[in-house]
Amino acid sequence: MDARERIIRRAALELQDGEVVNLGFGMPVGVANCIPAEKNIVFQTENGALMFGPTPGWGDDDSDTANAASQPITLLPGASIFDIATSFAIIRGGHVDATILGALEVDQEGNIANWAIPFEEGKYLPGMGGAMDLVGGARKVIAVLQHCDKQGSSKVLRACTLPITGKGVVDTIITERAVFRVTPRGLLLEELSEDMTVEELQKITDADFEVDGRVPGRYRIDC
Amino acid sequence: MNKTAEIGEVIDRVQDGMTIMIGGFLGVGSPLNCLEKLAQKDVKDLTVIAIVNSYPGGSFDLAALFERRRVRKFITAHAGTCPEAVRAFKSGELEIEYYPMGTLIEKIRAGGAGLGAVVTPIGVGTLVEQGKEKLTIGGKEYLVELPLRADMAFIKGYRADTTGNVQYRGISINSNPVIASAAEYTVAEVNEIVAPGEIDPERVGTPGIFVNSVVQGYSLPQQQEIYRRMWTKSGYLRETIA
Repeated sequence: MDARERIIRRAALELQDGEVVNLGFGMPVGVANCIPAEKNIVFQTENGALMFGPTPGWGDDDSDTANAASQPITLLPGASIFDIATSFAIIRGGHVDATILGALEVDQEGNIANWAIPFEEGKYLPGMGGAMDLVGGARKVIAVLQHCDKQGSSKVLRACTLPITGKGVVDTIITERAVFRVTPRGLLLEELSEDMTVEELQKITDADFEVDGRVPGRYRIDC
Repeated sequence: MNKTAEIGEVIDRVQDGMTIMIGGFLGVGSPLNCLEKLAQKDVKDLTVIAIVNSYPGGSFDLAALFERRRVRKFITAHAGTCPEAVRAFKSGELEIEYYPMGTLIEKIRAGGAGLGAVVTPIGVGTLVEQGKEKLTIGGKEYLVELPLRADMAFIKGYRADTTGNVQYRGISINSNPVIASAAEYTVAEVNEIVAPGEIDPERVGTPGIFVNSVVQGYSLPQQQEIYRRMWTKSGYLRETIA
């Protein structure tokens, strides 16, 4: 199982039965495929629907029914459709229980950076889309990312280096190596990959973190 | 009053330097015919306001405006899906102003609804707060975001009657009803134009008072064919043997 698959499967465990959830672009959308049948999650898509279902089969596609990545979707019984102002009233107004967002960087203050890659002084791409609203409005913000970049540098930092999407908004950080909770005292290591020690994790992590008890829990992937 | 018009007539109203709002979300619920004709018109220095950019990869909907270099400034929440817009931004030909998506739609709503500002906590502590007035209400910080309006708006609906009442279909409602309210002159492109009374008043998504012209777009079967082809090409839909 590769790093992305581990992260997606672990992130799926964070979602509880009955929750209203918005999944961000990239890795998070994969989480929808890892929800066991007995767990009912109401997925929101910010372009304007609640309770959407899987990709349609050939012939069941509808040119007016797509997700926030412009991919065709289906609507489940109980679904609702609304305009974008209502969609962001739902998000900003605290009616979304959880969001899972891909991150470029996270830090020990609960900051997340995932919208702006600078290419010259003061100019950034690609834009925040709905991410700032989601981190500001969702009750639970779960950031997912690979632990290190391609050069092996930690992406779980003492302080984000890229422009942030939200200040102190992250509740949980999930990488392929570890699960951290963000607490008022800083990061708490809750689960650790079975093939690593805490000391090994510290070596590849820029952020400071505490360990609750002497041994962190084992990284869970049940799905 | 019959608001039905030819696309050519409404495109004639567009002039250099105008601010144009465009409904739709990554190509879905987009006024495709109006965009195509607008891109073909010899017009420059437009300011375009749209919630996000074109269908990913370009060559569809909004992308035509960037590919024909019609746009000087783009106001949006996300620009990255249109390669030509990204290129023009990097080369300095295009200016981009970003707002969080929920803030952008509220700014447009405020523009259409006669409000003086939007007061929102979103963006506090980020680059978005630069240069903006802040208010502290009940101990919490908010940004003061100003309304947005446009000279013209192009929206996409399912059906419209000749008085301009628009009915939407599916998730393609997205930004369209909000954008319809915030321009001096609003054009609704629809799949079907019907007589007054054909749309149940309860099904009217945008009241005709917000709409100046109704133009015929692709029929629903034509639209269905266009998106199916695009989604299949993108790998989002797989053709199966029945």
